[in-house]
Amino acid sequence: MKIYYKLVAILLLFFLISLTFDFPVTGDLTSPANLNVSPYYLENSVKQTHIPNVVTTVLADYRGFDTLFETSVILTAGIALILILFKSKRQKYSFSNLPRTTKGTDLVCQNSCKLAMPLMQLFALYVIAHGHYSPGGGFQGGVILAASFIFYAISFGVPNALNRFFKNKRQMLAYLGVLIYAGVGALCVILKKKFLEYVALKDILRVSDEMAHSYGVLFVEIGVALTISIIMFACYVFLATGNSFDDENL
Amino acid sequence: MDIFISKINYVLYFVLFTLGFYAMMAKNNFFKKIIGMSIFQASVILFYVSMGYKKGANIPIVPESHNVDVNLFANPLPHVLMLTAIVVGVSTLAVALSLLQKIHKEYRTIEEDEVLNLMEEE
Repeated sequence: MKIYYKLVAILLLFFLISLTFDFPVTGDLTSPANLNVSPYYLENSVKQTHIPNVVTTVLADYRGFDTLFETSVILTAGIALILILFKSKRQKYSFSNLPRTTKGTDLVCQNSCKLAMPLMQLFALYVIAHGHYSPGGGFQGGVILAASFIFYAISFGVPNALNRFFKNKRQMLAYLGVLIYAGVGALCVILKKKFLEYVALKDILRVSDEMAHSYGVLFVEIGVALTISIIMFACYVFLATGNSFDDENL
Repeated sequence: MDIFISKINYVLYFVLFTLGFYAMMAKNNFFKKIIGMSIFQASVILFYVSMGYKKGANIPIVPESHNVDVNLFANPLPHVLMLTAIVVGVSTLAVALSLLQKIHKEYRTIEEDEVLNLMEEE
């Protein structure tokens, strides 16, 4: 049986390599991927939105719908993860009243975590807010923020981290992130423009057309970062504990 | 041969692609199948990013100026598409691992044939 799998894989490889003869040469300036719509983005990004980083403009402005539903996909993945691993019966502790524990933690880890975590979170906020001018944005900043939470969870134990970050149903901020994104779009509709057409915000913010785009992109990036950071942290917590906060996992 | 060497990056991504595809088909262990899926996704991401490469071009951050020479900046579109694809790849990986955890809790094994045998016995 396994020999057939190998045969199929090798045949597929030769088929794909035979396709490369029709491909444009690597780095070709006139290949189809580099011709149609991407020169328009490069030429008009600064003119229309005052955002030098073209990746951010395409992500949140020209292709805002794509990113909106991409964020919803991640939220759905988080919800699916919780539903798959959820067990309400037999569970002694809920999210909010976990006992504090010192098992499996180390003094050196804890102190280095205390030193590094503020710097990590500051850098995450910088990456989110400076995504207009340098490589960065909501996705990257959100993941760095989640990494700082996971760092805390590793060095202090998952229950302590949950006590700290998911108290008072703070995990609901993940929904708030998508809500901010869709809300900015809906606000544009209320102000008599199309969905996610940020020009509509210029009367509220009292800025020029271009700066209205820039601010709209910033709001959207903040929403994306909220959702990504909470869902990534939730993924870590649920996979690390299997959502069973019984005595053996604490 | 010259034209083959100028496209050697695509050949490498196709090797990765086939490796991931083979692991997803032939491996008996579910966890190895998931690793294969990750390799598969990585090959597609690398393929897209290398399509956006222009010879002698810089990163797509355009300083304020009136005339922009398009050939001096890399193609931003594949970068954007792959930026979202990476994060979606991570979330699909998390969902796959959670399903794996559930299977392990139910059958106490993550080998495909053993799970199938246990399912037939029920």
